Parts: sequence; C-alpha cells; structure tokens
Amino acid sequence: MGQDQKPVLRVSNLEVTYYTDSGRARALDDVSFTLNAGEKLGMVGESGSGKSTLALAMMRMIKPPGRIEGGKVEIGGIDLMALSDEDMRQARLSKIAYIPQGAMNSLNPVTRIGSQLVDAIRSHGIQDSRAQVEERCVNALKSVDLDPAVFRMYPHELSGGMKQRVCIAIGILLQPSVIIADEPTSALDVVTQRQVMETIDRVKDQINAAVILIGHDMGLMAQFVDRVAVMYSGRLVEVSTTREMFTNPVHPYAAALISSLPNLENKGVFQGIPGLAPSLLRLPGGCSFHPRCAKVMDICKTTRPLTRRVQGDRLVTCHLYNEEA
Amino acid sequence: MANLLELRHVSKTYSRGLINAKSTVALQDISLTLKEDEPTIMTVAGESGSGKTTLAMLLLGFITPTTGQIIYRGKDITTLEGEDRLAFRREVQAVFQDPFAVFNPFYTVDHLLTVPIKQFKLAKTPAEARAKMDEALKAVGLRPEDVLGRFPHQLSGGQRQRINVARALLLKPRLLIADEPVSMVDASLRASILETLRNLQRDHGVSIIYITHDLTTAYHIAKSIIVLYRGGVMEAGDVDQVIKSPQHPYTRLLVDSIPWPTLDQRWGSDTIKAREAGGSSVGCPFRTRCPMAMEQCKTQPPLYHIKQKQAAACYLHAEHSSIAAERLSELLPVKSELEA
Repeated sequence: MGQDQKPVLRVSNLEVTYYTDSGRARALDDVSFTLNAGEKLGMVGESGSGKSTLALAMMRMIKPPGRIEGGKVEIGGIDLMALSDEDMRQARLSKIAYIPQGAMNSLNPVTRIGSQLVDAIRSHGIQDSRAQVEERCVNALKSVDLDPAVFRMYPHELSGGMKQRVCIAIGILLQPSVIIADEPTSALDVVTQRQVMETIDRVKDQINAAVILIGHDMGLMAQFVDRVAVMYSGRLVEVSTTREMFTNPVHPYAAALISSLPNLENKGVFQGIPGLAPSLLRLPGGCSFHPRCAKVMDICKTTRPLTRRVQGDRLVTCHLYNEEA
Repeated sequence: MANLLELRHVSKTYSRGLINAKSTVALQDISLTLKEDEPTIMTVAGESGSGKTTLAMLLLGFITPTTGQIIYRGKDITTLEGEDRLAFRREVQAVFQDPFAVFNPFYTVDHLLTVPIKQFKLAKTPAEARAKMDEALKAVGLRPEDVLGRFPHQLSGGQRQRINVARALLLKPRLLIADEPVSMVDASLRASILETLRNLQRDHGVSIIYITHDLTTAYHIAKSIIVLYRGGVMEAGDVDQVIKSPQHPYTRLLVDSIPWPTLDQRWGSDTIKAREAGGSSVGCPFRTRCPMAMEQCKTQPPLYHIKQKQAAACYLHAEHSSIAAERLSELLPVKSELEA
C-alpha cells in the first residue's frame, strides 16, 4: 500500500434502507472506506450482514423496497451517486465491474458466450469494427485461461469454473478501475477455487484495478487479500491489513470470527460464535453486537459506538477503543 | 463382528445416448466395510465429478450399482422388501447440501419432523411425538420453542441445517450420509453443525459418512479419509496422515489448494493443469493433470501400502507392496490416535 497514493475508490457514509411491511431495515449504516489502485480488500460477515447490499449499492443496483439514503461512492474523483441513469449505465463495467455470486445463473443460456461479450462492448458505445471487437473479446477470454473456442460455445457446454471465468472476462473487458467479486467461488471445489482466484489476481495486475472480494471464507481472505473489512449488521466494525486481522484482531466480533476458524493445530476444537446474528428489523440498542459480545460493557447497551482510527491505519467501531482515538 | 454396511466391488457407470452410447464411469470398483459396533466418521473427498455424490446415492439406495453389491446388515439393499426395507430406510439417514431446498415452503418446519414420526410409527400419542421432537431438537442445540411452528424462510440456514440433522437423529439411525452438510452454511455456524455431527457419532453411536470437497472440515471431524478422483480411489488412510503428508500427487494438489486461514501457509506456486473433459478411461485417471506422469501411468496403478494406515494408488510409491482394493477398509482407522 503506497501511502502517498491517491485512493482510486472512496466510499463515504453510504446508507441503504429496505422499507419492508414489517418495518425499516437499515442494511448499510454509515459505511466508509477507501481503496488504492491494485489493492485487494476482503469484505467478510455473516449472511444478512450487508455485504451484498454494499456491492449492489456501489453499482447503484439496489431495487425497491431498498433505497440508497445517502453517501458517496467516488471513483477517480467522480461521485457515482450523482450521475444520471444513462451515465451510470456507462460507468458500470467501464469504471466499476461486478462479478456476481453463482456464475451459473448469470449467463444467458440461449446465446453464445461470444455474443454476450460483444454485447457488453457494444452497449458502451464502442464503434470499433467487428473484427476488432471480436479480437478484444478473444483476448479477454485468453487472459482468464479460456480457449478462444469458448467464444462460439453456449453456457451449458462449460463447467462451473469456466463459466465463472467467463464472468471475470466480461468484468475486465472494459478495464474498470474497481472490480467487485461477490463470493465468486462459493459454488466451486477447492482446486477450481484456487484457479479462479489466481485468475482474478493476474488480470487485476494487468489492468491495475482495485478488487473487493466479498465472502465469508476467512481462509480465502488470508490467501488472497491485502486488507480485510468485517461487517456486522450493516456496519463496518473493523478494517485492518490481513496480517493485523489474523494476528491481532481488535474488534471482539472479528476476534471471535478469527478464533472460530479451523486450522491444523486445533483439531477437533469447535468454537462457534454464541448467539445468532440479529435481524435488521429488530436491532439491539447501542452496539448491535453487544448481546453476543464477550467484552460487553454498560455503555455498549445504550450508546452506538463511533468508528475510530487506532494503531496507525486500522478502523474499529467499538467502545473498547474510545480512549485511544 | 457383524458388518453394518459392506460394499463389494461396486461400480457405477452412467451411459447416455441410444446409438453409440457414451458411458461415463462415475465410480470404479469400490470395496468398503463399516463395522456395526464401531461407530466412526469416514470422509469421502474429491472435487466435483469425482463420484462422491454417486456414492451417497448408492448407499442410500436411490440408484443401483452397475456391478457389485451393497450389503446392509447381511442383505443386499436392492433386494430389500417389506419390513427390512422400512428398517433400512429408517436406519440409514441423509443430510444434504442445500438447507434451503429440502423444506417445503408451504409447511411449517414441524412437517419435516412429524412425517417421519408418522411414517415409522415412532410415537403413540401426540404428546409423545412432541417429546421426541423436543429431544431431537435439543440434541442439535436448538430451542424447540424457537423453531417449531415457524416457516422455513423464517429460519437461518444454520438452523435449517440443524433441523435436518435433528430429523435424522429422531429416527435413531445407524448410519448417516452427510453430503456436503456445511458447504452452504456461514463459517460461524459451521463449527456448531460439525460439533453436532461429532456428538452424534460419539454419544449416539451413529456412523457417519461425510462427503465433502473441503478437507479442512474433514480433517476436523473425520477419523479416516478416502480421496476419490473420477470414481477411483487415489489415496486412503488415517485423516491426519493423509492431510499432513499426502502421498498421491492429486491429494497433494487438493491439500495445497486448501485456503488455510493462517498467513504462514500459502497456496503452492505450482500452476494447475486444467481438467480435460472426458479423459481416458484406461490407466491412472489423474495422469493427464499429473506433474509427475510417467509412461507407466497408462496402466491402472494398484494401491500401494505406504504406512500402516495410509495407501496411495500411484507408481511413485511402487517400492511398497500393493494391497488389494477389497482390503481398503483395513487402512481406515475407526478411532483417531487421540481417542485410542
């Protein structure tokens, strides 16, 4: 991480609320972070913690009853939230790309892979000749280790890992500066998972993009990302470098998450996190983690903690660190 | 000692097409024995297409083997009838991968528990049925008042998966086939489901066949492991030995690809050869991807007995004596060293 580098992505105070029949659910609560070019950030949390909502909000793809209530998503100084709908459509894929969860279901089963790639280029108003566009698509396929013959194939002719790589190829076609990968490997086996992650790593270097990897597999995070952000009920509770996170997590939830991980030393020891993630409709008062927290204090039950910067560049949202800031 | 379950040279071939039928070998010549009075947890590991799920389907009697026999307590499961069949259906239970798909969204979750009670006539009165349900739910760490009467969509994935385990437990099975039970569950809930499974084996004497591609969880709950690749056994033995010192190049690739959540253990830097579609049916199935493939590999290697509780089907270990495929079970420890 270059300290002098200007961040390519700056998310500030992003808020998303879902208006449901049973009440308002705040899915993203005051989320802020920055990302440098070429950096890899891991976004972890339990199901329902708001990881995927964050990805969709950054793409401005939140659908009703959800609504982006406020905040900014700036890429290279341009606030995506302020763009017109058409400009935002152009920005998707060319500035910020999204690799969805479950690639099996995101390709059109009745058109060839090639035409889906060409479509992506054409819809961004690129008027190159047919041959040039085709060459660009074939190069994208090659860069994700796929045979150029895939261009003429249908999705059902490909394996899960190959389809996932097609989605990555579409994601990098227009050389975006930010790539969001939402659990790109959750349906794949370990060997294919490793191949796909190595592919993402390589293409990221080629186009010097920043990558946000969303998932709940801490092992994958340890292997792949530079920094880890932990989400809990819509808030970022800790953002640290991978090394700091795994050796000395500061937030109690992050600490519980790290100690629940299986490794070679603690065979047969199962340590889950007690309790269940709260429903966003009925969040506990104060810090929403306090009913499950091992270090709970009186203040946690009444006052919402603020995000503070501790130990250099780490962000933590916890009352334990009130004095340090 | 009586055998609970015995697989005798079981193979399964899927064929498609009528003319010029193409056949795919999903499982090749597997022999395996589980003893009745020694409950254990055995892992069957391998990537997609290795035949893991085919094995589960065979064991549950959903499909029949192409050749070979599956013997459950002395009887071939394809010929079971009447009460024997009912007993088999009750004693061999399954937990499947997807905790979302097994529930009927129109019924409350009670349905999943009351149907087997009725079907197998486990309770005489509604109160007794309710008591049994409560007991099973408590055994998997759920509070009955939290889950009963709720609809599936009101529960989390982890709760639903534990209800599945509770349903299996209700029937007091002897064998539980768990096909990727935690792969769709949040990491923080995995631990509690795995613990539930382990307690089932330890406290209730249920043998578990744990089918997975995730060697991390396999390492934590299983005693023994069988690594499959394209339907063939690549390596088998004690789970500690196989994962800590894998001998077959394929097992090595699998172990190298585990994303360990520690910073000191990184993924290997070797490039991985992509799997070819189809592949050849003769010789070692892994040879097209194997970095150490030799001319010899075009003929099927036998299992070489490397250590007392470890064997690999690879010519790299040809200096050891070979062991016949039907003696596979001798390699698989029932208990881990810690307990023994």
